[in-house]
Amino acid sequence: MTALLSSRDPSSRSVPLSDGPEWTFDLLQTYDDAIGAIALDFGLDTYPNQIEVITSEQMLDAYASSGLPIGYPHWSYGKAFIQNERAYRRGMQGLAYEIVINSNPCISYLMEENPMMMQALVIAHACYGHNSFFKGNYLFRQWTDADGVLDYLVFARQFVLSCEQRHGHEAVEAVLDACHALAHHGVDRYKRPAPPSLKLEHARQSEREEHARRQYNDLWRTVPRQDAPVVHGETAGHFPVEPEENLLYFIEKYSPRLAPWQKELVRIVRKISQYFYPQSQTKVMNEGWATFWHYTILNRMHERGLVTDGFMLGFLQSHTSVVAQRGFDERGYGGINPYALGFAMMRDIRRMCEAPTDEDRRWFPDLVGAPWNPTLDFAMRNFKDESFISQYLSPRLIREFRFFAVADHEANDKMRVAAIHDDAGYRDVRRMLAAQYNRENQVPDVQVVRFNRDGDRSLVLRHQRTRQRPLDGDQADQVLKHLARLWGFRVCLEDIDASGAVMASRAQEGGAPLPGAIF
Amino acid sequence: MNSLIDRRLNGRNKSAANRERFMQRYKAQIRQAVQGMIRNRSIRDMDRGGDVELPARDISEPSFQHGSGGDREIVVPGNREFARGDTIDRPRQGQGSGSGEPGQGEGVDAFTFTLSRAEFLNVLFDDLALPHLIRTDLGDVTQRKWQRAGYTTTGSPSTLSVTRTLKSSLARRMAFGMSARGEIETIEADLATARRDEADAETIQALEHALERCHRRLSTIPFLDDLDLRYRNRVAVPVPMARAVMFCLMDVSGSMDERKKDLAKRFFTLLYLFLSRKYEHVDLVFIRHTDDAQEVDEETFFHDPKSGGTIVMSALELMHQIVQARYPPASWNVYAAQASDGDSFGADAVKSARFLADKLLPATRYFAYIEVPDAREARKTSLWSEYEHKAQAHFAMRRIHDASEIFAVFHDLFKKEPA
Repeated sequence: MTALLSSRDPSSRSVPLSDGPEWTFDLLQTYDDAIGAIALDFGLDTYPNQIEVITSEQMLDAYASSGLPIGYPHWSYGKAFIQNERAYRRGMQGLAYEIVINSNPCISYLMEENPMMMQALVIAHACYGHNSFFKGNYLFRQWTDADGVLDYLVFARQFVLSCEQRHGHEAVEAVLDACHALAHHGVDRYKRPAPPSLKLEHARQSEREEHARRQYNDLWRTVPRQDAPVVHGETAGHFPVEPEENLLYFIEKYSPRLAPWQKELVRIVRKISQYFYPQSQTKVMNEGWATFWHYTILNRMHERGLVTDGFMLGFLQSHTSVVAQRGFDERGYGGINPYALGFAMMRDIRRMCEAPTDEDRRWFPDLVGAPWNPTLDFAMRNFKDESFISQYLSPRLIREFRFFAVADHEANDKMRVAAIHDDAGYRDVRRMLAAQYNRENQVPDVQVVRFNRDGDRSLVLRHQRTRQRPLDGDQADQVLKHLARLWGFRVCLEDIDASGAVMASRAQEGGAPLPGAIF
Repeated sequence: MNSLIDRRLNGRNKSAANRERFMQRYKAQIRQAVQGMIRNRSIRDMDRGGDVELPARDISEPSFQHGSGGDREIVVPGNREFARGDTIDRPRQGQGSGSGEPGQGEGVDAFTFTLSRAEFLNVLFDDLALPHLIRTDLGDVTQRKWQRAGYTTTGSPSTLSVTRTLKSSLARRMAFGMSARGEIETIEADLATARRDEADAETIQALEHALERCHRRLSTIPFLDDLDLRYRNRVAVPVPMARAVMFCLMDVSGSMDERKKDLAKRFFTLLYLFLSRKYEHVDLVFIRHTDDAQEVDEETFFHDPKSGGTIVMSALELMHQIVQARYPPASWNVYAAQASDGDSFGADAVKSARFLADKLLPATRYFAYIEVPDAREARKTSLWSEYEHKAQAHFAMRRIHDASEIFAVFHDLFKKEPA
């Protein structure tokens, strides 16, 4: 670990900002200024920060609402709170050092009982690391509106509360329960085209007329016409024309039974789910990026003599426990630690830029010799976990983590080691690790394929099996019940394999409508 | 621009509302768990919270998830011994295959959480309400409190407010003397001018007369007039009674063994807990009796053995005396619980029942009689059958055989009156 402790530049004669664990608000401000200045040197582009000091109880509260500062009331948040509180009180789980909210200004929480060193770490990590990631990464830019999110949360809470006033909290809870069950399927992965404006429609219309006028040829009239034109889509009884993967969106737009306020609730859950979508897709990158920057910034502070050696040792201890990765057979193994993998990859990219080996020259010719900071910045902006890993995971890291892939195929009675960290396996391990972060592997692909609009109004969903993986039957039945209550009519779920053959099918009758629904 | 905000003083219990929602949703299960706790727990510990376990299945939040089966690869760190092509046994269901994706809730059988003391008691007393609350309703008030309410112009001399009276006297004198004093000023000025100018004696004398007249006018204004008198005003405002006294009566003769005493104690404790939640202040009076009655402290009441015969009447008389002397029913809510094995001799039972009906019941809000017989199938005792004749709405009697029955009995005794 000696190599981690940066050597102090003897020419710098700065006085440390503070000594000892105590912090004060003035001191926080001083540290924030110093860290901000260094972050600016490195070219980190951030939203303004709003740093809030809170107590551990408040941290537990914040946990329960997924870190959102304002949430609508729902029993599931109470359940999460009880779980966290219990685990914390019994010492089974520590509290996170920090929670940071993707908003503008970017809100981050510091916990009251942390020492100065930890506060500085959190400021560097959250207020400059995560913050710049939120501002720069393409998924966040595309899907979240940092300026509006707090206002939207306030609106959502007010709306839910007013619905409870008007319709009773059971009625609201029933809708929210059902929506929560579908929350993972309330996410758009691709932007919908904006509907054309009236002006644009007019322009297109006249363009078409103009085109028709120019192409006019009386001869066309003489061409025999087909009598019954084949029309796909609605008139053929097929609606929607294309399958829709955003179930909540479909329900919100086409539900035959939901009252307007219920549709608005569906929309609220969908919006919040969409807000979290980039976070779920960039866990490794986001944490890796923030960890890389707190590490880099605090080391720079140490080089400049702004912090003491004691501070650095304390910091390194916290840092190393954050980025520790245990082997699969060790006690306390909890999957791949996104902090560890992300941090290692960020550092590795820098290393390959600055001190490449022959292997790196073969694998990453583009990185060798490039300036590290712009390279990292490019990676941060344009990738998500899946693509980041398949682009940048180096053989060296695969060896360091001693990654190996286990294939669990239905046809074999035993699992087989598919690839390990050797020449033959690097590419396979990397491909499979990247696939592990692919959304398809986490969330089953369920889409709306048919809405029998003119008949019994039933809804047909289709689960397209990825590599023959079926749905968890119990859970699917539960979710279908929720969905049927929301939809109000029969809902059917088909499980189909790659060839399109229906493997299994389950259905749920509409039954009693939700309280408050339209008949 | 960066800003630094101290939020520590903001509300801490943001999640309390959500927790409450959770409790409401699983009320039935929680209540069941609480019933179990009551059965298993000594009543001395009743006054604290406890852990409630809910089956994880009941409170799960479902979502579409992949089930087992199909093909997949899992990448895992920390290889030591495996080489490509090695085979590994499939881990048993629900245990290891998810090693790549932790925290998917597998292996969690029960969801445990802790009820606080207040929550526990809330569930415990959920359906119960004090019987016949008519008298404590704020509308029908038996107690009044005097409160100051400004000043009045009439009243008894003892409530005279000297300061206020003198203030209004001063004001009156100033107002009435205004014109006289003004005149005096002008006359004095004129007089001074006249004297300086050595005016003729007649003018001076006339002025002096005028001056004297004015002074006389001033002196006729009385120092204190009836008009000035101010009295402190007091009005009586109704206050609800927030005090209760609970009498514990128990037969401690030889036939009451430890088991019976224990049952009685549990009932007393429960009643006390219940009352202390309803009233700000609850007094406890312990009366034990054999052939004569004594007021004792709690320790003696439950643990000090005493032998002798049984005369129930003595305890009832003592209670009546204490009520009259220390707890007038006009200002106290009187509750009583009597525990006995029902033994009584001769005319005692008849006399006791009559005394109870005539003297005690009118003075008490509620009187509960608990009989702890030797055996479940024991025949009715003489006291029981005498008491039975005196049944009234706020008199309840039950027989208890076993600790587990207490709560049911209690529940029954104090069940909510249908609205």
